Amino acid sequence: MDSVAQRLSVVGAGTALELRGVTRLFGALAALTDVTITVRPGERRAVLGSNGAGKTTLFNCITGDFLPSSGTIRFFGEDITHFPPYERIRRGLRRTYQISALFPGLTVQDNVYLACRGVSRGRFSPLRPGQNDALMQSAETLVRAVHLASVKEQRVAQLAHGQQRQLEIALALAGAPRFILFDEPAAGLSPTERRELIEILTSLPAHIGYIIIEHDMDVALRVVESVTMMHNGRIFKEGPPQEIESDPEVQELYLGGGHE
Amino acid sequence: MSLTSPAQVQVTSPAAAARRWTARSWPELNNPAAWIVALILLIMPLIANGFFLIEIFGTTMILGIIALSLMFLAGYGGMVSLMQLTIAGFAGYMYAIFGVSGHPNISMGWPWWLATPMALALATIFGTLGGALAVRTAGIYTIMITLAIAAAFYFFTNQNYVIFNGHTGINNIATPHFLNVDWRSDIPFYYVVLAVAALCYLAVEYLSRAPFGLALQGVRDNPRRMAALGFNVNAHRVAAYAFASFVASLAGILQVWNYRQISPGSVGVEGCIDILIIAIVGGITRPVGPFIGALIFVILRTFALDFLVKIGLDGNRFRLLIGLGFLAVVFWSSDGMIGLWERWQRRNRSGAMQAKGTPGHG
Repeated sequence: MDSVAQRLSVVGAGTALELRGVTRLFGALAALTDVTITVRPGERRAVLGSNGAGKTTLFNCITGDFLPSSGTIRFFGEDITHFPPYERIRRGLRRTYQISALFPGLTVQDNVYLACRGVSRGRFSPLRPGQNDALMQSAETLVRAVHLASVKEQRVAQLAHGQQRQLEIALALAGAPRFILFDEPAAGLSPTERRELIEILTSLPAHIGYIIIEHDMDVALRVVESVTMMHNGRIFKEGPPQEIESDPEVQELYLGGGHE
Repeated sequence: MSLTSPAQVQVTSPAAAARRWTARSWPELNNPAAWIVALILLIMPLIANGFFLIEIFGTTMILGIIALSLMFLAGYGGMVSLMQLTIAGFAGYMYAIFGVSGHPNISMGWPWWLATPMALALATIFGTLGGALAVRTAGIYTIMITLAIAAAFYFFTNQNYVIFNGHTGINNIATPHFLNVDWRSDIPFYYVVLAVAALCYLAVEYLSRAPFGLALQGVRDNPRRMAALGFNVNAHRVAAYAFASFVASLAGILQVWNYRQISPGSVGVEGCIDILIIAIVGGITRPVGPFIGALIFVILRTFALDFLVKIGLDGNRFRLLIGLGFLAVVFWSSDGMIGLWERWQRRNRSGAMQAKGTPGHG
């Protein structure tokens, strides 16, 4: 007889993100070739690889900025291969950008408010939020959580680089994210800001999984439990951080290969 | 992480709460200059005669509303549409066709209170469809598509005699009479135009801080990120066109009540570009800009002729003056008259601060 635990093990099982044979061509150039990745809910994974390895293209295929030339993408079991980006986001997927993609003409508060509004109802609401608007308050909470409360009325164009990176992350945390794609979140951050970033990443609720692209090994290997190495648009190696770090092939190709 | 304590109770007097509510949802109401302008506009019939009331201020507000619809699209949505005058003209034509005019073989003779909503609805649909075409493009291509729609409509009205009566257009269009008032006589008409202009202005101002308007500004700043936040960017753009079309068609109805006739000349490409000039000269960052631009345009159009003749030039060169003014404003301020005004205010403020600061430092 099955035990209750065995029978119930199927509940909530399955994958957060499942890519099967994803290929993306730009003309004759294959940016991604036959990429197959499976990520469990709550799993934290780094994608490493030199420039041009196809890491950001991978993100763009997952979020729907580009459609894959072939292959399928499933998000928590649902086939999202041909969904527009906003449908994927409304299902709990989030991403940040390597180069901050913010709304420079709006205030910090309004940026975060838009992020909260985008994944809830009333996106077309013609009514201004009132004093007790729930989304306005969750936006304020989020602004405080990334230490931007002191500049919340400032326009984003006036923020310092580090603050813009913080805001970039805040936008991806709005609503109820289930899975986040971080594209080089540490780019251009000072050592202090890096420590803060690591703290944010490690203190995310356990059910939120993520994939992080990061060149800084100190950051990447400290916040993940598995690593995927990419090279020339293909998956090159997968495994836990220690294994990847000590792999001679990987070292030759990436870590010791004269890259920054 | 519990950063807010829900149990925390704010103790404030109701008056203070009300003040804060006003300050937050209508910060514009705290501007004394706005109240002064509103008061002057309200008592204008006591100051100005019929010519000024309608030819200057009425026309200014009607053109201002059309330019406001462009300001909404361009300033908040980043979409420069050259078909706003066309949408207004479409509404005017529809009013003439469904309502009563001197052409009984064309006009269907509906009363104004049926013809008006019909015309508004059809023109809004027309503009929304045009917008749905235009949102597939960006930047200069949006301008080209909307210009093409404007030019096509102009030539169509010129050549179609069955519905649009070709080059002559439709004349002697009936205007509303009810409650024993002729609403086209100067003073009532002025107040009708003022009320519509004020409503449109307040609606745009209000929307700019509502989720719909904020999202539109997000689409302007970064459409790709908006999609990555869960927004259907094109749906937002089309909705913006729908709203702007409704605003423009309101002005179209007022325009046709004003002139009691409409012809292809009312929807010419030249006029479409005038609307762009009005919006740019006034400034497209705030809804008050188009009205300032319209006032400058109407004053130049009305008085430049006399002025030019007086200094011995051909009066028909008033467009030259407008063009030079346009160049000057665009050259010195990327943000029209509003930009110049704001810069002047900033300079005054920092000057005052310096003046105040010097003795302390000395």
